[in-house]
Amino acid sequence: MSGLDVLFLAVGLVTAGSGLLAVMSVRVLHAALWLVVTLGGLAGCYLVLGAELVALVQLLVYVGAVVVLVLFALMLTRSGGVPVVTSLPQRGASALVGAGTTILLGGALLATLGDGRAEVTGPDSTAVATGIFGTYVWPFELLSVLLLLALVAGVAVARAPVGGREGEQA
Amino acid sequence: MIRPALPYLLVAVLAGLGVYGILARRHAVLVLVGVELLLGAAGLLLVTVGQTATSPDQAAATSGPVLTLFVITIAAAEVVVALAVLLALFRARGHLDLHADLDPRDRDTQEAEA
Repeated sequence: MSGLDVLFLAVGLVTAGSGLLAVMSVRVLHAALWLVVTLGGLAGCYLVLGAELVALVQLLVYVGAVVVLVLFALMLTRSGGVPVVTSLPQRGASALVGAGTTILLGGALLATLGDGRAEVTGPDSTAVATGIFGTYVWPFELLSVLLLLALVAGVAVARAPVGGREGEQA
Repeated sequence: MIRPALPYLLVAVLAGLGVYGILARRHAVLVLVGVELLLGAAGLLLVTVGQTATSPDQAAATSGPVLTLFVITIAAAEVVVALAVLLALFRARGHLDLHADLDPRDRDTQEAEA
C-alpha cells in the first residue's frame, strides 16, 4: 500500500459512508447535509487522483451551488411532514437492485481495469485548459447556452400557473 | 502509484447507493439526491480513467477531466430544472410525496366529493 492508496482509502471511506447515510437518513434535511459531505469527499478523491481543477470545480459547483439549491428547495417546500420511508418490500427490492448494480459494475470494472498498479499521470491544468479551449471549444460554448436555457426554463417552470385545468390561465 | 481497484470499487458503491436512493425514497428531493450520487459515480469513473490510463494523444489524454467538467456543468443545469419542476409540483399539490396520486385534478375532485 502506497501513500496514495492509504489517502484514497480514507477519503473514499468517508465518501461511501456519508453516501450511505444520505440515502438512508429518515430526516430530509440530514440527507441533504450528508450529501454535502459525500460531494466534498468526492472532491477529495479527485484531489488524491491528481485532478486539482476538477476537484475545485466540484467544490464550487456542487457544494457551493447545487446543495444550496437543494436546501433552498427544501426550505421553500417545507414538507417536513411528508413520510420519507417507503414500505419494507420496496426498500428490500431497491436494496437488491442497488446491490446488483454495485456487484455488476464493480465486477466488470475490477475484472477489466482493476488489477495491478498505475502511475497517476493525469494532464496538468494547462493541458486541461488547452483541451477545453481547443478540442472541446464548441461543446464548451454550447454549455453556456445550456446553462442560460436552464436558468430561463427554471424561472418559467417555477412561475407557471398552477393546476393546468381548462379555462384557468394567468 | 495507486491501485486503480480502489477508485473503481468506490464508483461501484456510489452507483449502487444512487440506484437505491432513487428507488427507495418517497420524497421527491431525496430522489434527486440519489441522482446526484449516480452522477458523482460517473464523474469519478471518468477522472480515474483519465488519470491512470496512458495515452500518447494529447486530446485523448485531456478528455477525462474535460468530460468530467462537462458532466458537472450539465448536472448543475439538470438540478435547476428539476427543482423548478418540484416547486411547481409543490404549489399544485401542497406536498412532494411521490407515493401519492400524481394528478392534482383527481385530488381536487376527491376533495370536492368529500
